[in-house]
Amino acid sequence: MDIKVENLTKIYGTEKAVDSISFNVKPGEILGFLGPNGAGKSTTMKIITCFMAPNSGDVKIGGHSINNNSKDIKRKIGYLPENNPLYLDMPVLEYLSFVAELQGVEKDKIQEKLVEMVMLCGLEEEKHKKIGELSKGYRQRVGLAQAMIHDPEILILDEPTSGLDPNQIIEIRKLIKELGRHKTVILSTHILPEVEATCDRILIINKGKIVADGTSESLRKQAQGGGFIRIKIDGEEDTDKLFSSFMDLKSVTKVDPSKEDKYVFNITGGDGLTTQKEIFKLCVKKKWTLLEMTPVETKLEDIFKELTTN
Amino acid sequence: MKIWTISLKEFRTFFDSLTAYILLVVFLGLSGFFTWISGSDIFLIGQATLQPFFSVAYWTLFFFIPALTMRMLAEENNSGTIELLLTKPVTDWEIIIGKFTACLMLIIDALILTLPFYISVAFLGNVDNGAVISGYLGLILISSAYIGIGLFASSISNNQIVSFLISLFIGVFFLIIFDVLASDLTGIFGGVLNYLSLSTHFQSISRGVIDSRDIIYFLSISGFGLILAATSLSKRNIID
Repeated sequence: MDIKVENLTKIYGTEKAVDSISFNVKPGEILGFLGPNGAGKSTTMKIITCFMAPNSGDVKIGGHSINNNSKDIKRKIGYLPENNPLYLDMPVLEYLSFVAELQGVEKDKIQEKLVEMVMLCGLEEEKHKKIGELSKGYRQRVGLAQAMIHDPEILILDEPTSGLDPNQIIEIRKLIKELGRHKTVILSTHILPEVEATCDRILIINKGKIVADGTSESLRKQAQGGGFIRIKIDGEEDTDKLFSSFMDLKSVTKVDPSKEDKYVFNITGGDGLTTQKEIFKLCVKKKWTLLEMTPVETKLEDIFKELTTN
Repeated sequence: MKIWTISLKEFRTFFDSLTAYILLVVFLGLSGFFTWISGSDIFLIGQATLQPFFSVAYWTLFFFIPALTMRMLAEENNSGTIELLLTKPVTDWEIIIGKFTACLMLIIDALILTLPFYISVAFLGNVDNGAVISGYLGLILISSAYIGIGLFASSISNNQIVSFLISLFIGVFFLIIFDVLASDLTGIFGGVLNYLSLSTHFQSISRGVIDSRDIIYFLSISGFGLILAATSLSKRNIID
């Protein structure tokens, strides 16, 4: 089941929370939704899940518009809202069976589903407790369990790993990855390694607009041509001469002398490998000693920072 | 049957959170005290009638019901669980009606628990059974009016105390203020206020006179409250 978002706009008062964004999610894809706080991630998710109506634009899920078929669409979506709201007075199992009934799971299959979810989310020991008595990590698992109980084709998870400890984060990521093989998943987060670890595609959104869209590799390429090469030279005193001879190399586009060490340069070239070979050959020819040559990749953090601060 | 699922869940929550037990004890305690021991009770009147109980319940329900309804939507708004509920395949109306029936079921439970009052009175003398049935019907109708008001009050605030006070505030108009104003005024205005006053309608029904106009009155207050509650629930969709 695919998701098509078309020119979606949502205005709160005078502020445009989401400003005419469009994107598609293919079936079986895990899309990471990235952006600073208040960028419009949650708002977009609330519209996709039919909680709020957009001011303009449309979302089509498997060809059905949210404006007409909201009940059918809701049945196909599993949603974990931001901050994971839960009924704290209810026992875990009672809550899950309540959600299953609301989602229209058949009566005789509810029991089976409950057992499956308790297993999948590791709730075995906590299943008879009231939700209010659970720790944050377990509550998060209950939140995930309620989102998945009706085996939806689409999962929308708003910050699924917030408040979890590192072990739990790894577990939940594994779970999402596993589910993502059969389902379409949109997850939002501002933990950058998380999107790299789990998502097939990344969408960066800032001030209600999409500022980047692609895989983590393609985003890196887009930003500064895929990083730079850091080298350290010994055997030549004249740094200006070093600088100009590196500049003269065919594939090099930019040479950046490092601030900490005058013999260290950050070199940007069109294609990493060719540039490395050229630098090496040059050093051999000039009889300089190459003390260090490290290809440095642009980090997702840097791309994020570049795209979302201006 | 999404409505039934929701009302069953709400009904269970009353008992999970002890609200139900406390309120049942308070309701039975208060109405029992004023019906049997307070002084101006059944024994003072000296008739085998449940009339004193009905007029006491009229007041206890006035406090009892806002305490039930206050958390219904205010808590959902406050904790964000409303988002959870509304992104499930249910409509706003199914949620409102589900919550309404849950409250009404608890009230009916409370009223069933007052049946010993009737049995005791029946031992004491000849009871007018028609008046008893119509009195209970009146209490159920008045409860549904209070629940309608209470759900509306709960829908407009995130704070339970605020919604409790708002529903008392609205309730007081129907219970007392319209009545008092109507007695001072004459003409159309006085007539309208007299019609709006709850007590006018409740008195006749608790005496055993079942008039369709009274029934319509109670049901329309309740329906109006529910419509307002549903409207305020759907205001998230309003595009300005």
